[in-house]
Amino acid sequence: MTGFGIVGGGPVIPNFGQGSTCEKNGGWFCTEWVREHWGDTLQPALVQHIELTVIAISVGFAVASLLALVGFRWRFVDPPLGAFSDFLYAIPSLALFQLLVPFTGLTVTTVEIALISYTLFILYRNMIAGLRGVPAETLEVARGMGLTRVQTFFRVELPLAAPVVLGGLRIATVSTISIATVAAFVIPKGLGEPILTGLQESFGTEILAASLLAIFLGLAADGLIALFQRRVTPWSRLT
Amino acid sequence: MIVGDSFTPGTFVDAFRFIADNASLMLDKTGETAELSFAALGVALLLSLPVGLWLGHRHRGLSVALGVATLGRALPIIALIAIFITLFGTIGFWVNMPALVVLAIPPLLTNSYFGVEGVDRDVVEAARGMGLEEPQILSRVELPLGLPLLLAGVRLAAVFVIATATIAGTVGGGGLGEIIANQASYGLSGVLAAALCVSALALLTAFVIGLAQRAASRRMAPRA
Repeated sequence: MTGFGIVGGGPVIPNFGQGSTCEKNGGWFCTEWVREHWGDTLQPALVQHIELTVIAISVGFAVASLLALVGFRWRFVDPPLGAFSDFLYAIPSLALFQLLVPFTGLTVTTVEIALISYTLFILYRNMIAGLRGVPAETLEVARGMGLTRVQTFFRVELPLAAPVVLGGLRIATVSTISIATVAAFVIPKGLGEPILTGLQESFGTEILAASLLAIFLGLAADGLIALFQRRVTPWSRLT
Repeated sequence: MIVGDSFTPGTFVDAFRFIADNASLMLDKTGETAELSFAALGVALLLSLPVGLWLGHRHRGLSVALGVATLGRALPIIALIAIFITLFGTIGFWVNMPALVVLAIPPLLTNSYFGVEGVDRDVVEAARGMGLEEPQILSRVELPLGLPLLLAGVRLAAVFVIATATIAGTVGGGGLGEIIANQASYGLSGVLAAALCVSALALLTAFVIGLAQRAASRRMAPRA
């Protein structure tokens, strides 16, 4: 919350600063404000948002890989995990954040646990779908060529599953960037913070600027992973 | 804002007791959430189905369908609600409903598109050869065959909208979100109770649509 000053011991007097004419007239988007507060509000929020996302995605990817290996090897693990992920998605993100607070407090850990649980299952589902999607004939050919089970996994199944796995990574990343805005209800971090502040102060510019940043961040991340996908798995026919 | 409160296994018991003690309140709030969610879902269906089905029928606009899906995922709900509040200058149902509509459109649009687009082209050719008009092909051949995938999209959108509708409660949208966002007065057991009600509503809706989905795919399965 910027713009509030405490005058030595006396009553708290809101100090609205030296706003531009646009702000004083309640214009719905003031470019001057964005220019002035890029350094102290928007940029830090953007960096925090990226941090929140990167941590959630990397931990989520690691855990999902382990789960997927187990679920792929032992099929009976798969249905309960699927049912659990259905249940998880039916829990509102706000409630999930709140239910974790008594355990982990108003901390980054709380936010990350919630974000990781959401990404985890998007990634897990795509990994399993990718691995199971390898045609039986292809596996037959691999066996015919004398590849062992481990060789088949690393040289045939994994490369063929890669496009689907990366597709899941795109979905998970974009969704996480979007859900991470809700984190601002728990900790004053990320792009959700300027949005909530803007709401409290009925200041449209801050809301719009932060929202647009969040949307662009999501789309940029999607584009980047799509490029990576095309570079790394040129054999994929999926876009 | 969220207040730290101690969570014990007893909180779960308290949550169920909370539901029992405040049955009429919980019913009211669940009703409000359901009303908001289903209204948004209905409007989103009306807007996205015609477009998705027609594009799928014409086998056009793949990039539109995929682009809308990505854009939809990238739009944060709080951002949408906040933007609508600034634009409309008001809060409540008429701000939250349109925001949820925007969120529900992507899964509905993409699934109706891919449901119709994925129908075997030979089947469509056969129907055309039998002299069916284009709208008839869409309504009698492609729609029934694409229905399972379309309903999967409806299910996804419904769960998503119901779970997200609670965020609306934090900005004067009423419903269960009001309880979830107000731990100070309802306590942790109240929050947990409300979360359980949202999840129950979402899972129940998903279950009912899942039944319809199963019926639709069984009807279209080749008979032995």
